[in-house]
Amino acid sequence: MTVFIQASYFAAAVLFILGLKAMASPVTARRGIQWGGIGMVLATLVTFATPGMQNVGLMLVAIVLGGGLAAYLGRVVRMTDMPQMVAIYNGMGGGAAAAIAALEFARGHVHGTTATILAVLGALIGSVAFSGSCVAFAKLQGLMKKAFRLPAQNAVNLALALAVLGLAIRIVAGGFPLGSDLIVFFVLSLVLGVVLTTPIGGADMPVVISLLNAFTGLAVGFEGYVLGNPALVIAGIVVGASGTLLTQLMAKAMNRPIANVIFTPISGAAQGGAAVSGTMKEASAMDAAAMMRFAQKVIIVPGYGMAVAGAQHKVWEMARLLQEAGVEVKFAIHPVAGRMPGHMNVLLAEAGVPYEMIFDLEEINEEFATADVALVIGANDVVNPAARTDKSSPIYGMPILNVDQAQNVIVNKRGKGAGYSGIENALFYGENTRLLYGSAQQAIADVIADIKTLQG
Amino acid sequence: MDNLLYLYIFTLAAFTGYEVISRVPVILHTPLMSGSNFVHGVVLVGAMVALGAADANDPLQLAIGFFAVFLGAANAAGGYVVTERMLAMFKPRAKAGDGK
Repeated sequence: MTVFIQASYFAAAVLFILGLKAMASPVTARRGIQWGGIGMVLATLVTFATPGMQNVGLMLVAIVLGGGLAAYLGRVVRMTDMPQMVAIYNGMGGGAAAAIAALEFARGHVHGTTATILAVLGALIGSVAFSGSCVAFAKLQGLMKKAFRLPAQNAVNLALALAVLGLAIRIVAGGFPLGSDLIVFFVLSLVLGVVLTTPIGGADMPVVISLLNAFTGLAVGFEGYVLGNPALVIAGIVVGASGTLLTQLMAKAMNRPIANVIFTPISGAAQGGAAVSGTMKEASAMDAAAMMRFAQKVIIVPGYGMAVAGAQHKVWEMARLLQEAGVEVKFAIHPVAGRMPGHMNVLLAEAGVPYEMIFDLEEINEEFATADVALVIGANDVVNPAARTDKSSPIYGMPILNVDQAQNVIVNKRGKGAGYSGIENALFYGENTRLLYGSAQQAIADVIADIKTLQG
Repeated sequence: MDNLLYLYIFTLAAFTGYEVISRVPVILHTPLMSGSNFVHGVVLVGAMVALGAADANDPLQLAIGFFAVFLGAANAAGGYVVTERMLAMFKPRAKAGDGK
């Protein structure tokens, strides 16, 4: 029986890796998650056959409640809210890993130095991932406003981290940990997750979620060692490694070293950036419609504002109208548009925009100079020219879409405020920029109506 | 020897994870993050093993175990549903002339 269980775990691990591999290409991606799903069901089912399994009733209740609730919420949540769902499910995984460590300690079942070290490390990382992800969820969901920095934040973080590490060493060295030490250790680890994530805001959020995802993977891998379960070790470490790489890719796309994201977060407009002067010029829906209808080439730059307004379908409808009128239309997507890399691609794909029309920053940046109109919908920081020119700006050095090089720029935004990171945007005051106010949904609907009238 | 074996597994798994993700187009970064989030949902199995070995007469152990399984199941099920929903949008070819 045990051989059968071990073989099933092995098969599950292989399915996970193949699944991840398949998810790396748009053609096979869907198959990939399905393979992973089969692996998960297999691994879960054979676990019930573990010799000497107790508390099966309680276990079933927990699975049905946890799985059912998460699956239901995952199904009904809006596409724009996906990032926070990933964050919260990731946090739950981290919490589960930490709880496993807690249970193994409570059972007095952690033997040997290696096992103790890994159990403690897994508990620490898992707890940080749990509470950190909860904070990330609260921020993205809008339950928690903006970034909040303690005075001497880094000193507080350091002191807390040292305290947690000191306790961890004491637990490992003590051989048989005291209950009180463990409780304080878990509490401090959870607090550490909160204080690490709270000051981080704005465009840095995706990097943090990705980092916490990698953390959870590591925690799962470590607890897998403690339990002597290779399936957990393989899946956990694979995620830990790939998550770390993914985090680096994201951080690179934003030109923000990971250390900067954590230790010197962008927080609010007060931090820097030259004041911007000039006037913002408004455009009516009709102006915008005419400019685009009689253009040769239009590049649309969607941002989170479009996603929040749920305007992607309207935008695609407008794009098709323009195409029918003979205008060349392209979509330009910044690597960190939306709340996670690739988030905007998902939303556009949902609306039915074919991939061939969607371009990355490197692919399209040269083309803005040849575009008649660049239409920016609810994007801000990713098109802010200050990132190229203003050394004092907090986003200086971040690669941006060179929207300002287009003949004309139309910016759709809700109001006159600054972007998510709170930085003023010189683009809005540009000579060739017109602002189209209103929520993306309504503004684009008006533009569509006007394009139709122009077609007679 | 056993520890050395685990060291092998750790190392090879780390390389695998790195390799698997190194050639991914940007458009798949979010689904992939979500997918890897689902994969570490296998923590459910660990939580089940731990709860399965817990002392049935110790409420504290049962409570922690229940919590672990609950969270693990949520990670696995939620991660799957969310990833599947995202990837369902990536059809191999976009439907041409799809009316609305």
